Amino acid sequence: MLPKGCNMESKKPTTDLKTVGFSVNKIDALSLSTGRAQFTDDFSAPNTAHIKLLYSPHAHAKIKSLDTSEALKIPGVIDIIHHGNVPAILHTTAGQGYPEPSPYDTLMFDSTMRFVGDRVAAVLAETPEIAEAAVSKIKVEYEILPALLDFEKATDDDAPKIHPEKGKGYLIGAPYFPEKNIAAKILIDVGNLEQGLKESDFTFTETFYSHYGSHSALEPHAAFSYLDERNRLIIVSTTQVPFHTRRICSHLLQIPIRQIRVIKPRIGGGFGAKQEVFIDYIAGMFTLRTGRPAKLVLTREEVFVSSRTRHPMRVTVQAGVQKDGTIHAIALNALMNTGAYGAHALTVLSNAGSKVLPLINKAPHQRFNGTTVYTNLPVAGAYRGYGATQGYFPLGQMMDIIARKLGIDVLDLYRKNAIRNGETSPIFEKLGEGKEGVEQIIESCGLDECIDRGAREIGWSGKRNKKIRNGAKVRGVGMACMMQGSSIPRVDMGAAYMKMNEDGSFNLQIGATDIGTGSDTILGQIAAETLCVGIDDILVTSSDTDFTPFDVGAYASSTTYLSGEAVRKCAEKIRLQILGVAAEMSRMPVESLTMKEKMVFYKGGKLSFEEICHYAMYTANQFQIQASESHFTTASPPPFAAHFAEVEIDIETGDIRVVKYVAAADCGQPINPKLVEGQIEGAVVNGISWTLTEEFLFNEKGKLTNPNFGRYKLYSAADLPDIKTIVVPTWEPTGPYGAKSVAEIGINGPAPAIANAIFDAIGVRLHSLPFTAEKVFQALKESAR
Amino acid sequence: MKIELVINQTKKNLEIQPGETLLETLRANGYTGVKYGCGSGDCGACMVLMNDEPVNSCQILTASVAGESITTIEGVGTMDKPHPVQEELVKAGAIQCGYCTPGIVLSAVALLNRNPHPTDEEIKKAIDSHLCRCTGYVKIIEGIKNASERL
Ligand code: FES
Ligand code: FES
Repeated sequence: MLPKGCNMESKKPTTDLKTVGFSVNKIDALSLSTGRAQFTDDFSAPNTAHIKLLYSPHAHAKIKSLDTSEALKIPGVIDIIHHGNVPAILHTTAGQGYPEPSPYDTLMFDSTMRFVGDRVAAVLAETPEIAEAAVSKIKVEYEILPALLDFEKATDDDAPKIHPEKGKGYLIGAPYFPEKNIAAKILIDVGNLEQGLKESDFTFTETFYSHYGSHSALEPHAAFSYLDERNRLIIVSTTQVPFHTRRICSHLLQIPIRQIRVIKPRIGGGFGAKQEVFIDYIAGMFTLRTGRPAKLVLTREEVFVSSRTRHPMRVTVQAGVQKDGTIHAIALNALMNTGAYGAHALTVLSNAGSKVLPLINKAPHQRFNGTTVYTNLPVAGAYRGYGATQGYFPLGQMMDIIARKLGIDVLDLYRKNAIRNGETSPIFEKLGEGKEGVEQIIESCGLDECIDRGAREIGWSGKRNKKIRNGAKVRGVGMACMMQGSSIPRVDMGAAYMKMNEDGSFNLQIGATDIGTGSDTILGQIAAETLCVGIDDILVTSSDTDFTPFDVGAYASSTTYLSGEAVRKCAEKIRLQILGVAAEMSRMPVESLTMKEKMVFYKGGKLSFEEICHYAMYTANQFQIQASESHFTTASPPPFAAHFAEVEIDIETGDIRVVKYVAAADCGQPINPKLVEGQIEGAVVNGISWTLTEEFLFNEKGKLTNPNFGRYKLYSAADLPDIKTIVVPTWEPTGPYGAKSVAEIGINGPAPAIANAIFDAIGVRLHSLPFTAEKVFQALKESAR
Repeated sequence: MKIELVINQTKKNLEIQPGETLLETLRANGYTGVKYGCGSGDCGACMVLMNDEPVNSCQILTASVAGESITTIEGVGTMDKPHPVQEELVKAGAIQCGYCTPGIVLSAVALLNRNPHPTDEEIKKAIDSHLCRCTGYVKIIEGIKNASERL
């Protein structure tokens, strides 16, 4: 039997929490607010040389010749690398677990250019200015090839082929047909869709388009590499995935993993953009070739043009519904554009089904039919929401369409058809991330409460279908429900190490990667809770491949749920060791001891953590109180959310303004409520911005024409609607202290909720993002005709 | 070329290149709390105060501001003695990645210096030239409001 004390019951709901559930200050916040915290570009070493890249001006071309002789003559130019002088090693830039479920179709430098922004060469020079000057002196002759710029034509027989050689394809052997420009293919059937549609009273088919999007993390991608005193390669990187970065760099640089150390300092946001490994090895290559510290910091324009984006997707939804509102058949048919390379081509596609269809779990007939195609456009990658965003945009509108056709409240349609506690979905088992999934039963679900409280907050019954008018302006409300996951089951793993210090503090070392999310703080809170100490007694070090244990990194909404449980288990071991020492010191049975506020109490006395640690270190049976733990999961419990938008549309201009936005979310037990709200608010505003103002504009040659914040319009403070975040607490038994994830789900709501609100206001259904004023105006004009 | 600047109330003689921006000069001289986010005057990560007015340092040629008084985030508060704006942003949960934070702190300090009790709308306007991708601004506005109540 285990001793009693604070929060031994981490597996049951408890009201007796001391640190978990409180909004302690983020442990790095003060250093960030005073400018002390160090980001990658703040690191430097004497003798650092600087890197600039040359990019392809053509969407599709072959390099006929490349002449660096003039560039090399410029004083201060140290080295130039390109396809002719670095090894051609096929890989994927997707920073995923090994073997990556993305096709190996990318070289460090290639002789074929596949999009405007594909990299031709890199220059190392004494200063960034000299490197820049040298870039402009590299002479390249191109043979221009026909470009494929329309992803809906990618599989046409006469379409230009982007990767005509099969390359290595998928290490996991997933379907791959580059000869048809197909980078991934998925077909999952539950029941019999055609029969299900036939059996339904009503059937619906609608097609929707999600568009490109830039993560726009404020800190651009950067890498800084140098050799340490033992000639090991150190890479300081703006990475979400330090361990994957080390592995991929080892592969590309052809040096053993032991020769590389990756350090993640503070990171200025990622949102998936920094799950890509595509510049670290360039810095590393130069350092290995020249012995010089080398730094590469992308400009904002380079981030737009050459890094990663959201995958655009066309989804045709089919639904079969009975008169009483029972959804009997549902299908998502997706065509996804991965751009020039297939980073996350399979897994983002699969998530458009696996994170979306289970919401409507009771339909006996379901299908997910997806294809990812190559084009000569920017490379897509991981982006917060990861396919679910592109799946909920169509599903959320289809629910609205069905409800209106049946004349029922869409809230009731969700209540009738959405997944609930104790239920499962056949999709969980059939469709995972790039492979089959894992069966699971929902053990925590606060969706009903999210719907009820969100509806109340927005004033649903007083505003829906009312078209409240004020001059040329008319208002409407819309909503959508959604879920996500918490880590990738049977794939992701996170580990933690802890040791005790004489003052009763603890070092916590984790591979988990705080990119601004606050995971260092949250994981510290979990350790503090388990050990009955305050957050100040947990000294968190994270994401250094030499000094912290492995973790897959910051993606798939995994850190709180997965790494958090590793931390909890690790702290639990430490706790037992402390109690063991206390038992020895007090000569009392372990079962009679209680731990509280940095003390162990026994009948007739108490021992402070200081005394216990001193005893263990210096007195008798000496040992270091220390432990490590790993965690992987067999479930991926979804967080749930209901989002509500109220919009106001000027019917004379098409101007659209979000007046109010309500996001109600169930993420299990919030570890740090303020940070939870912050995740939701950040995701929601990013989602609104992507829905209304952000847009990649290409010219007819496939060149992005607005690669700057002046013309790619992110929401700023003055654009903000009134935002209300409602955190609906539930308790997830498989998570640390009942927690699930919250990082991604919030971005899935704005597009469908706003689309539905627009329809509510003006009766026009918008099928393609973004909803600019011109588009709304056009739609109004067409509907008037 | 050589240039004199008053940075955080200390006179500095700095060696600069013609064509160098104030952002580059400051970062090269150890004021790394000043951040690059866009280089085009659109994000506010590089914000500093020049004679107490917020300016985007990426848009200013250092050579053109000889003798001026510059305040960077390093001159606002320290870990031991943070400015109320810094403290309140921390408490409000307004700092996620924190890359935008130094610039926003400076704009907020400038706002509260000229208008100690701004409305929400005035706060939004004062930080409208800043982009923050992490927070959705909600808690930043709250934090600045809380700081104003303490002043
Ligand atoms: S870096 Fe100066 S405004 Fe963005
Ligand atoms: S906190 Fe990350 S950009 Fe503002």
